[in-house]
Amino acid sequence: MKKLLLIILTLSFTLLLSACNGVDDTVRLGTIGPLTGDYSMYGVSVKNGAQLAVDELNEAGGILGKTVELISYDSKGDPTEGVNAYNRLRDEDEIHALIGGTFSGVTLAIKELAVEDNMPVLTPTATHPDVTLDADNVFRACYTDSYQGKVAAIFVDETIEAENVAVLYNRDDAYSEGLALAFIEEFESRGTVVETLTFGAQDDDYSSLLTVIQASSAEAVFLPGYVAEVGAILTQAAAAGMEIPFIGGDGWDSIEVDYADVADGDYFGNHYAKTDEAEIVQNFVTNYIEEFGSSPTALAALAYDAVYAMANAMEDAGSLDADAIIAALKDLDMTEAVTGSIKFDENGDPIKSITMIQIIDGEHVVVDKVEGN
Amino acid sequence: MKKIKYKPLKISSKYGILRIVIAILATFFILNFLINFGILSRYYSTILVFICVFIIMATSLNIATGFLGQLVLGHAGFMAIGAYTAALTAIALKEIITNDLLLFVISALAAVVTTAIAGLLVGTPALRLRGDYLGIMTLGFGEIVKVIITNLHITGGAQGLTGIPRIMTFPIAFWTTVIIVAIIYLFMNSRHGRAILSIREDEIASESVGINITKYKIIGFVLASLFGGVGGAMYAFQIGYLAPATFGFIKSVEIFVIVVLGGMGSLSGAIMAAIFLTYLPEALREFEKYRLLLYSILLITTMLFRPQGLMGTKEFSLTKALNKVIRSFVYVYNKFVSFFNKLFQKESEY
Amino acid sequence: MNADLELFIRQLINGLNTGSIYALIAIGYTMVYGIIKLINFAHGEIMMFGAYFAFLFATTIPTDLPFLVIVIMAMVLAALMGVATEKIAYKRLRTAPRISALITAIGMSLFLQNLALLIFKPQPKVMPELISKKAIIIFGIGVPQITLYTIGISILMMIILSIFIKKTKAGKAMRAVSQDKDAAMLMGINVDGIISLTFAIGSALGALGGVFYSIAYTQVYPTMGVMPGLKAFIAAVFGGIGNVGGAMLGGYVIGIIETMTKGYISSRWADALVFGILILVLLFKPSGILGKNVKEKV
Repeated sequence: MKKLLLIILTLSFTLLLSACNGVDDTVRLGTIGPLTGDYSMYGVSVKNGAQLAVDELNEAGGILGKTVELISYDSKGDPTEGVNAYNRLRDEDEIHALIGGTFSGVTLAIKELAVEDNMPVLTPTATHPDVTLDADNVFRACYTDSYQGKVAAIFVDETIEAENVAVLYNRDDAYSEGLALAFIEEFESRGTVVETLTFGAQDDDYSSLLTVIQASSAEAVFLPGYVAEVGAILTQAAAAGMEIPFIGGDGWDSIEVDYADVADGDYFGNHYAKTDEAEIVQNFVTNYIEEFGSSPTALAALAYDAVYAMANAMEDAGSLDADAIIAALKDLDMTEAVTGSIKFDENGDPIKSITMIQIIDGEHVVVDKVEGN
Repeated sequence: MKKIKYKPLKISSKYGILRIVIAILATFFILNFLINFGILSRYYSTILVFICVFIIMATSLNIATGFLGQLVLGHAGFMAIGAYTAALTAIALKEIITNDLLLFVISALAAVVTTAIAGLLVGTPALRLRGDYLGIMTLGFGEIVKVIITNLHITGGAQGLTGIPRIMTFPIAFWTTVIIVAIIYLFMNSRHGRAILSIREDEIASESVGINITKYKIIGFVLASLFGGVGGAMYAFQIGYLAPATFGFIKSVEIFVIVVLGGMGSLSGAIMAAIFLTYLPEALREFEKYRLLLYSILLITTMLFRPQGLMGTKEFSLTKALNKVIRSFVYVYNKFVSFFNKLFQKESEY
Repeated sequence: MNADLELFIRQLINGLNTGSIYALIAIGYTMVYGIIKLINFAHGEIMMFGAYFAFLFATTIPTDLPFLVIVIMAMVLAALMGVATEKIAYKRLRTAPRISALITAIGMSLFLQNLALLIFKPQPKVMPELISKKAIIIFGIGVPQITLYTIGISILMMIILSIFIKKTKAGKAMRAVSQDKDAAMLMGINVDGIISLTFAIGSALGALGGVFYSIAYTQVYPTMGVMPGLKAFIAAVFGGIGNVGGAMLGGYVIGIIETMTKGYISSRWADALVFGILILVLLFKPSGILGKNVKEKV
């Protein structure tokens, strides 16, 4: 009888133990992004960039000697879904760190939970300023919307040398609005913003807005947005005979795929340039094309760098403990990265310069690297 | 072998209410226990709260669309107004009021006030409109709400509203839902509720027997909107961040599909459909691509083949459900028996 | 020319362009409503599919087809699609309560949108410039060729349609069915056929609008029919639902109001203003500008 009791006790104890915690024999990283829907190309980019980094790490022996596993869930671009995805990653998949979300809105919704959990978060692409605010454990690999807008203003003033500028942005999109407002704030101390116009996410007809810009004294137009809407606007602007240059942010990346002719001569700021000759960039581009069959966007590059940054932090910390990882991230100084370098300020934001690119004959031509501080 | 004769179960309805109360308490204690002891992770407790939110949204829409019979396509607008009002109230008061429950109640009350006003604004023109036009007008209302939220500074615009205290817990969500559903149930079983139902059946006839159409249509709209506002408040406190894009036409459609599927005019139908359609997308994450396509096919086929939805205008009755199950078992068993008897050429004994 | 005047005229031309497209789509709504008293929510999606059909013909077929051929083929396919949706979804519900038919129409609209999303993927595709966007100078103002085509062909279509309705036998039958379906049936009119014809014509015109829309505004994408569909519906209501002339008038009015608001007041509130117009019309003159008041029978 005693023996039976002992066996039962031991078995239940072992069962309890194994149910307690997924044994830490792999390093588990999670990503969250829109894998379906209108913006799926962004979520998929992030997932692919991260996956490439994970595969390379595993080939080189993993992190702390363990295999790295990447688990990706679809946020569908919706904060509610993002929260569900995060909960699932934390509770069901027991990730050690989060490379995500992709969109600021989703990341903001997740942020509160991540702070509660003390989960190390390194978002590759969320640019809303509040993402890293009052959150010790949240970092980002990309510069913020406000920084981009500010740098663009400096660029338009000092390099393009325009004094009168029009600003056209998407009022339904936090990213577009964020850049536009920061641009206006910086530019007003250098020149004049003659027109500030907005369009909505559902709009297709930009003719009335472009007509207003044409009739004004604007010498250049700041148009922060994503490829789909920017492409349509540039096409309509070209048809209307507009010749002044347009300038955009990193959302313009890949505009040359469908809209090379109408975007010719226009500028945008990006996290890196495919044509940058640094070895790390070219290796990344080549390997990405080999694995996924298409050219990597800046989002993929950021995700790639984010995974490496997390890996370096884990190695530096020597453990998978959350506090150790976060401390290591604070001290991280990754000088070799596809998107420049990764070093965080006290907020968790990276200190970087922005690569300003001009589209000429469908190619990205690096014009300048501008700092905003 | 003997066949069984079907005798319907007769469960006395004397203790009906008591049984429902026990069932609700039991559900709460079981779920709460599972959550508190970590057996149900935060992943599941969050989904449970969202289920409660959508139960409230569906049952509130049911008042206007199911019971009153008016097509309302902009219910997400009320959800948005409630969510943002509650969130802004809470943000303003969170330093002063430390008790979470109190903060929620006060914010929810603020939400109720603003959404009721909105309901009044929507309901008044609705008096003069018929089916199709009313639907479009409510759709327009939903869009206007979204435009206003996007363009105001106080709501954060497209950037969204952050810093909302995350005070929602499963007990608060559960009991708020129970209270609201109970209120709706009691209301619909009163003579006011019957007046509203009569408007749906035949507006002109009910007017001619002296029912004040204006008063009841307004009451219906206001109730639907203010409960919808509470649902929105609950949502805001669970997720901690609000963006206008969440409350678009698609959200209205999702709530609408729940009501249609559950049966316009059935509370229990709406509840069951809400649980089913909130949990399903989570369970079938791989099929997200097809979700809206499936919803639309569901809408069309329901209207073509079973317009009364799952429950029609009736409520779920345990007795009837049990009887249905028993009857089908008996039927199958009897068929088997006759087949068996034929096989062995035995005389059937009756 | 005075700069302000020039600006005004250019905005007016923008408005006429949008207005013509809304008018073409609004006709479809109004004709269907006139005949079976149903708001075909899926009409915007027919417009979208019309644009996609044209896109496919223009990009996948190796030979360069002339614009006219592409457009006519797109219109024919859209007409077939419209007739099909009527037969599958709406026919059975002709005697059902209004709310059922409406819900089905909403379901149909969502279904077509999501079908397009699955088939064509959400990324917008660039519509080839089947008609040049280059400007022709008229009285010192550059007017894009596409605008001239859009306005011109729309007006032509509307004239043809008006003649059709007034003079031909089928047109008379349509008017009869919309006035009193049962009486028309008793007079020997093939009601089913007339309804199908109505859907066919409405869908074809909607598709034409879609083609112009996608050329002028650059892209085709699965949800492109939602907003124009809604605004065209508002135009139809404004002009008097059931009244073809009203739909045309409403289309132009709404198009111009929208453009002028964006150009002179604020683009932020343009959409809300258009919806506001809808609510005002519904409240104060639900039969629209050119419509007639119909008393409700007990």
